[in-house]
Amino acid sequence: MASRTYAYFPGCTLRSHAHEYERQALAAGQALGIDLVELPEWNCCGATFPLNAENVMDLIAPARVLIAGGKAGGDLVTLCAVCFHVLRRTANFLQTHPFALERLNAFVEEGPYDGQLRPRHLLEVVRDDLGWAEIRQRVTQPQAGVRLAAYYGCMLLRPGPEIGLDDPEQPSVLENLIEAVGAQATSFSHSSECCGSYLAATQPGAVERASLRVVEAARAGGAAAVITACPLCKYNLEQAQREQPEESRLPVAYFTQLLTIAFGVDAPESAPWIVGAPA
Amino acid sequence: MDCGGAGMSEARPSALVIGAGIAGIQAALDIANSGYRAVLVESEPSIGGHMAQLSETFPTLDCSQCILTPRTVEVGHHANIDLRTYSLVEDIRRSKDGSAFQVRIRRKAAYVDWSKCTGCGACQEKCPFKVESDFERGVGVRKVIYTLSPQAVPNKPVIDAEHCRYLISKHEIESGTVAALTKSGKPAEPKCGACAKFCPTEAIDWDQKDTYEELEVGAIVLATGFDLMSPAQLGEYGGGQLPDVVDGLAFERLLAASGPTAGRVLRPSDGQEPRNVVFIQCCGSRDPARGQPHCSKICCMYTAKQAILYKHHVHGGEATVFYIDVRAAGKGYEEFLQRAQVQEQVNYIRGKVSRVYAENGHLVVKGADTLGHRSVDVIADMVVLAMAVQPRPETRRLAEMLDLAIDDSGFLCGLDEELAPIETLQSGVFLAGTVQGPRDIPESVAQGSAAAGKVIQRLRQQGGEAAA
Amino acid sequence: MDDSAVRAPDLSGRQAAWVREIETLSEQTLLACYQCGRCSAGCPMVDEMDLLPNQVIRLVQLGMKSVLDSQAAWVCAACLTCHARCPKGIDLPRVMEAIRILAVRAGGARLLAGDMPAQELAEAPPMAVIGALRKAGG
Repeated sequence: MASRTYAYFPGCTLRSHAHEYERQALAAGQALGIDLVELPEWNCCGATFPLNAENVMDLIAPARVLIAGGKAGGDLVTLCAVCFHVLRRTANFLQTHPFALERLNAFVEEGPYDGQLRPRHLLEVVRDDLGWAEIRQRVTQPQAGVRLAAYYGCMLLRPGPEIGLDDPEQPSVLENLIEAVGAQATSFSHSSECCGSYLAATQPGAVERASLRVVEAARAGGAAAVITACPLCKYNLEQAQREQPEESRLPVAYFTQLLTIAFGVDAPESAPWIVGAPA
Repeated sequence: MDCGGAGMSEARPSALVIGAGIAGIQAALDIANSGYRAVLVESEPSIGGHMAQLSETFPTLDCSQCILTPRTVEVGHHANIDLRTYSLVEDIRRSKDGSAFQVRIRRKAAYVDWSKCTGCGACQEKCPFKVESDFERGVGVRKVIYTLSPQAVPNKPVIDAEHCRYLISKHEIESGTVAALTKSGKPAEPKCGACAKFCPTEAIDWDQKDTYEELEVGAIVLATGFDLMSPAQLGEYGGGQLPDVVDGLAFERLLAASGPTAGRVLRPSDGQEPRNVVFIQCCGSRDPARGQPHCSKICCMYTAKQAILYKHHVHGGEATVFYIDVRAAGKGYEEFLQRAQVQEQVNYIRGKVSRVYAENGHLVVKGADTLGHRSVDVIADMVVLAMAVQPRPETRRLAEMLDLAIDDSGFLCGLDEELAPIETLQSGVFLAGTVQGPRDIPESVAQGSAAAGKVIQRLRQQGGEAAA
Repeated sequence: MDDSAVRAPDLSGRQAAWVREIETLSEQTLLACYQCGRCSAGCPMVDEMDLLPNQVIRLVQLGMKSVLDSQAAWVCAACLTCHARCPKGIDLPRVMEAIRILAVRAGGARLLAGDMPAQELAEAPPMAVIGALRKAGG
């Protein structure tokens, strides 16, 4: 089995809150012959992509990650949907705005950055570099009869033409992954509706309302769990249900856990859609 | 030659009209009634264009078939019109002196000899197989051997070779894909063939081929019409995925008495009558970001019409229209709109819908009421999308063939968009109807006559002989 | 009713410096918005806002400075749905961000780490805290 190596950027949340996401990704990667090699030095991506024209300084944080990625060679892969969004858009921006790139390189010691690196998400790597047939081949615990809701959130998909991961209105990569492990992707009207995002820190009530709408739509579609690729989505969807009795909460799991369970790396009985409690 | 129309006098044809929707029909009739000959070419098996699909027309609420049929019948019988349906214009070349055009027309193989066919309809009745019908826009089916409607002109069927069991199996035997002999040693026979068995005049001709015709004309009218943008391009409205989200022409087929549901408005998903229909305007129109930049002009009016007709068909049904700006500029249009809003009590909400999704057997329409300063969610049984009017792919092909200018939306340009909208850059080539841009029936008819006037003017100048 | 209401609306605000700043910061042609309302129709936070998203851009179009006092921009989650579906391709999230920037420049950061409730600071993932602080200019 050919081994593929990718530079890997964890991001701050994976190291502090979402340890499981990283553990699962590395384990699933191993089963797939994917080597995720952490960047020797990295910083927070900044958690937002600046939406204003003036300040190139706002791009320094993600740019330094891109520079580190460029030095590591090959593709740079991340797991967090927000990191992916920020890095992808930063790379696009610097590639198409030479003046901004020049100013940025004047400020950053680690550079220069040549504006060429294209950061990727693990979902993309699985779909495009490996293919679903490879996934199916490694499934030892097919998740037959398991009904899962594919939740994309916002940052993986939008803005569609710029991010270019999937069709923002009718995406399919998560559904395809769910089906590749033998499970069933349920119809889910809120698959790309916002969970509330960073407002978790400032408007918890608004976030709870937004996240509950997502949870209820997943439930209405008959899902046993929600599959996600974003630590903030997972946090928000779980937090929104914390007032409910444990046995009635809809579990939320990373797509990487779907792989570790299906590959037999994690014990099948530990699957959140079986246990029924948040992982 | 198997051409399926009357009009066999000996005089040289003088004008070519491409497209037999209402604009092309009008042009052909005016040319023919002036004593000149018109060759009217239509890609469908019969004439009438989109008007043949409509239930009623705005703002009069005339039955569309009832006002169209006198014209189509006149075309079918006219001594000066050579009708070439199920045909395409393959090539057009200007003559050396520039005054005329050499045209090659391909008549597609119909596998039915129209000179023998009496239009009795037995073949359609006996054909065992149904397929999705383009004419029914996804809400109805037709037989593999078919006419577009009972009132079709000409009322002669064609066989859809792509789905015909006989033709497919015949091809497999001839090409060696399947064995030439059956297990018992007999020669393999193609399957089905029911139409041929029941045809009283032996009109089914399995060996029919495409035929070609070369002719020379003095003038050309392009009247190839429009199509609607596909709902599949608007994933956020569930287009192409949710069966109860349909486009305006599909809803017309549900309203039409001659349609697949005999005029009962029924949901495609479960055949139930929808009690609550939402109409969304500007789907793909006025949308430079993700669709067409232009306004499609007719949708505000046909949406009002469809909402009124829906409420007539379904007593107590609720109709809601989400609009941005209502455009009602024609004669009687504003009054019609007021009728929709006041007497018929169609709910008009100003706001462009963000998305439509399915929930619990209904559709949820996420909209906004910008005048009432609030977001609005409507639970609907059916959603009708007023999809953007756009040129057919055929139009681009003809534009390239004739070296004509097209605009940003792909419609053909007049010589001068203000003062010479009927003429084009090519002398002797004229435009009529929606080939030039979105427009309604009265405008299309007027332009058909205008184009005919230009044709007659040209032919007179050239001294072209008028038929007796 | 105020007597001034019967006179022509005062649109002198359209030439104001703050409007120019919003246009420059957002790089958007504000007048391209024809107020279809689709942004408001799809906004997940619309029910939390005092103004609809389409009203926010409308007030900037009209040069009405009260928009800078609205809380709508502060409950925008930057989900980008409005931008994804706008028929004119207007990047409304950038307009929201421009409003936030102007408000911070005028009145200081809206959120400081020290002001956040301790529990939220501890529990919320860093990406949320950092994101919120950057959006709020802290």
